[in-house]
Amino acid sequence: MLSKRIIPCLDVKEGRVVKGIQFVDIRDAGDPVELAKVYDEQGADELVFLDISASHEGKKTMIDVVRSVASELAIPFTVGGGIRTIEDIKETLRNGADKVSLNSSAVKRPALITEGADYFGSQCIVVAIDAKYDEEAANWRVYTHGGRTPTDWLVTDWAREAVKLGAGEILLTSMNKDGEKSGFDLPLLKAVQEVVNVPVIASGGAGSSEHFYDVFTEVEADAALAASIFHYKETSVQNVKAYLKEKGVPVR
Amino acid sequence: MIGIIDYGMGNLFSVSKALERLGVDYKIGDRPQVLVGCDGYILPGVGAFPDAMKALQEHGFIDFIKDKVAEGTPVYGICLGMQLLFESSEEGGLTEGLGLFPGTISRFPGIDENGRSYKVPHMGWNQLEIHQPDKSLMTDVNEDHVYFVHSFVVKTNDPSILYATSDYHMEVPAIIGKENLVASQFHPEKSGTAGMQLLENFCKVMCKQ
Repeated sequence: MLSKRIIPCLDVKEGRVVKGIQFVDIRDAGDPVELAKVYDEQGADELVFLDISASHEGKKTMIDVVRSVASELAIPFTVGGGIRTIEDIKETLRNGADKVSLNSSAVKRPALITEGADYFGSQCIVVAIDAKYDEEAANWRVYTHGGRTPTDWLVTDWAREAVKLGAGEILLTSMNKDGEKSGFDLPLLKAVQEVVNVPVIASGGAGSSEHFYDVFTEVEADAALAASIFHYKETSVQNVKAYLKEKGVPVR
Repeated sequence: MIGIIDYGMGNLFSVSKALERLGVDYKIGDRPQVLVGCDGYILPGVGAFPDAMKALQEHGFIDFIKDKVAEGTPVYGICLGMQLLFESSEEGGLTEGLGLFPGTISRFPGIDENGRSYKVPHMGWNQLEIHQPDKSLMTDVNEDHVYFVHSFVVKTNDPSILYATSDYHMEVPAIIGKENLVASQFHPEKSGTAGMQLLENFCKVMCKQ
């Protein structure tokens, strides 16, 4: 039986991890490869690196990070942030990433999804969607540029379209829940699960092991992503998995 | 020396780094002349079946691989590299493969025997069920989880080639072998301890590196 995936997410800026490193000695180094190793040892099923570098130099440094991670770890990983062209996709995958995550660039030019999928296969192309509930539309609206820019897309329409264009996986972040630690956005996840037939990674709101249990049992998400609860050592991948296993959820 | 067959369609970086971690010498070659005389060969592969067969042909690797297998040299096919070793695939229209393993490649039906639909690709960590633990490739390989990502799957009537399978709404051939020719549907270099053990067995036990 396919196991449910637990995915820590690392924000990388100019080659350093920038989120949640202040409180823990080992992460003062802020080295993404070191942190990736820690998560690998804890049993992370996959890793996501989001490059939030502003500079061109920072982007180049990200490729070095990708190479180092691919050299040292034997688990799959996804790289996102600032991937705008088919050349960016090629460079990232050729340096050892297993998947790329496209967000704003895919909304701006949806053909990028198809170009990437045609060249490398759908399994390499993750479309990341940031969504926020819109009272008027009684639905969730898609935002781009780190949640700053609302678009005309409703989340179910965009998710369906992204899969039609070749997305192999959807990484769905709830802006309402992000950072709240009150649990994943189950209604949002359910709405998207109903319209796509590719794996959905739940993101935004993880605060405890119970939240992972809920997202895997109530909406049958394929994977769940979290950043701060792992970075701040509020729990570990190990603890979450032990809890899930005890409750009968298949984990590795 | 392990030869990695580069026909333009594989994630060569990860597999070569994995060999470095194992302390195994390798070379990458995009035509047979460069790879002559290696002790074993790895055939990686990511992408679509028809493109891959065309690329193998253009790089002159089709007869090379068949000759090496016939000579008894160990060869390991990974992911699409595994599928290419079968008779044919229905991916993108029926395409002939290398025909070194009995069986064909077809898409996951996406609907199980009870009429319930399920997700394709088969993506994520799934557990191995080992059928032939006594094969040298399988030394110290346990029924661990390995990382799958594929939409097409092997169909074979010959259980003797199934070293290990996994369950995803049907029996999924995971590790395949026939004497010196072995293969896995998953990427061993992305499959944690079990995957690295397989690569190590291939290089050190089968190829005596």
